[in-house]
Amino acid sequence: MYRYDEFDATLVAERVAQFRGQVARRLSGALSEDEFKPLRLMNGLYLQLHAYMLRVAIPYGTLSSKQMRRLAHVARKYDKGYGHFTTRQNIQYNWPALVDTPDILDDLADVEMHAIQTSGNCIRNVTSDPYAGATADEIEDPRPYAEMIRQWSTFHPEFSFLPRKFKIAVTASDHDRAAVKVHDIGLRLYPNEAGEAGFEVLVGGGLGRTPYVGHVIRRFLPKEHLLSYLEAILRVYNTQGRRDNLYKARIKILVNSEGADRFADLVEAEWTKIKGRGVDLPAEEAARIRAYFAPPDFEDLSDRSEKLEAARAADEDFARWLRVNTKPHKAPGYAIVNISLKSIGGVPGDISDMQMEAVADLAEAYSFDEIRATHEQNLVLPHVKKDDLHAVWSALGGAGLATANIGLVSDIIACPGLDYCTLANARSIPIAQSIAERFADLGVQEDLGELKIKISGCINACGHHHVGHIGILGVDKKGEEFYQITLGGSGAEDASLGEIAGRGLSSTQVVDAVEKLVGFYRGNRQDGERFLDTYRRLGAGPFKEALYEAA
Amino acid sequence: MKAVTANRLDDGAVVYLGDDDQWTPHLCAAARFDNADAAPVLAAAKSRTAEITDAYLIEIDGEGAPAGRETLRETIRTSGPTVRPDLGLQAGASQ
Ligand code: SF4
Repeated sequence: MYRYDEFDATLVAERVAQFRGQVARRLSGALSEDEFKPLRLMNGLYLQLHAYMLRVAIPYGTLSSKQMRRLAHVARKYDKGYGHFTTRQNIQYNWPALVDTPDILDDLADVEMHAIQTSGNCIRNVTSDPYAGATADEIEDPRPYAEMIRQWSTFHPEFSFLPRKFKIAVTASDHDRAAVKVHDIGLRLYPNEAGEAGFEVLVGGGLGRTPYVGHVIRRFLPKEHLLSYLEAILRVYNTQGRRDNLYKARIKILVNSEGADRFADLVEAEWTKIKGRGVDLPAEEAARIRAYFAPPDFEDLSDRSEKLEAARAADEDFARWLRVNTKPHKAPGYAIVNISLKSIGGVPGDISDMQMEAVADLAEAYSFDEIRATHEQNLVLPHVKKDDLHAVWSALGGAGLATANIGLVSDIIACPGLDYCTLANARSIPIAQSIAERFADLGVQEDLGELKIKISGCINACGHHHVGHIGILGVDKKGEEFYQITLGGSGAEDASLGEIAGRGLSSTQVVDAVEKLVGFYRGNRQDGERFLDTYRRLGAGPFKEALYEAA
Repeated sequence: MKAVTANRLDDGAVVYLGDDDQWTPHLCAAARFDNADAAPVLAAAKSRTAEITDAYLIEIDGEGAPAGRETLRETIRTSGPTVRPDLGLQAGASQ
């Protein structure tokens, strides 16, 4: 894992000290709220319905046991004993007091964590594949590039006041677990015909009020030019992005009004000017960063574990969890373990301090001290020996963390919605809970296969509803909660935006509606088809009919 | 009828302007104003920037409960998240 050098440590410590002073001046009345608000937002501190909310960055979703224990400590000491993992691989605390935040940030800085780049119109915390460095299907670990982007973008003076926030995601697999096509910039590392690795660069994807799938503006960018090319994109956006209208300020609007080809030309022209002028990292520095991500010392193992096979045969619950929650690892004899934060009836993404401690203990004992956060609001133990899987499963079960539903109908993404968020039109979490409870049977869920339901409480789309196979958007209808269904979206390599199915539904109707859609899929699927495949084959018509048929 | 609400500056807790001109976490203790009288009260409340932030008016009914278009939002603010009955003011009420 990356470890702070003296520059990182100084930067973070100085920022906390500065914020401590700003909080003191706000409390004394020396700073007005108008003056203070942008300062607190630069430090990840928002004001929600019930209290402040602190968003802590987990760069590219990687954290150590020590860091996870510190997150548990913050939840216990300063909050109400839990945290909430978000759709951007961050964690949020829902109840911190303003007076405590400098202490919280100091406690986090001790373990190389902070709340920088979690708010404001800057380049936000960069996200990546939660299976990075572990999955069998990547060409190399994408995290060194994510770390280079982090270092380049942190407090980048030229890009501190962009027209709007800016999100970058990096993957190095064909199977996209980082939703790169719906980011301001999406980077996909792949080998060209000569066998060299380079980036496919997508720009202008995004959700929110005006959703777009990103456009490829460069097919192949040699890795060593990553930062200069990103800088060229940001320069074009920073000077030409709209600042007159909040809703038109994201880069997606610029890319789609100029056209992707013309936008690519603008970037190319800017790039020609800055390429070779010291923006790209020298090879030694790139190698130094890469060295932090050297694979752990995997043992030389046979890929088949007799211990595992015996346990699998003896216990069907364990066998199901293996099928659903573990994924192939690149090292023989190892597996990737997904930890579901979607217990049936629970709050998606929420985790208690005790559960955080349990995950930290397991990572330390069984996963080379590494934990990942996913954009689907779950956690990952990336490197677990197959021999140890039963022990890990048992311990997770003891902590209430062994729900075997990864990627299934109850693995629902839901934003905080009206239970916490000031911008919400409607609640998201209770809808997720009711759907999960309706489909509680894990055998039924497994039979239904991959089915991504995503729920947002307002058009800002933090719950990524546009890219849900079934998306649910909370709308306000004269003070009542209503929900609009979208169908056929995907945030993966086959990205697409969902289509609105029809008129809005009440909160009681929405769960029945999902059941009807799922029932129609089950009755009409062909061998091996996911919900999304059946939808794409048959088209929206029959699904809409099934959805709105008289009860 | 209207009441003045805000978030307390130091911890962000939801508060209401009480009859004694102090901030209270209890909506039932909030001072009630006729619609016509509320604006100057809000203006005065907003100026108390060392105590609170984000002050605004909410609509309440004759019993002092949230009313109108924002009923659900204001009910959640005063009670706590509906998905965590163990948190917020609602937790105390049920003990
Ligand atoms: S989608 Fe809307 S309601 Fe949900 S967290 Fe984002 S801003 Fe809040």
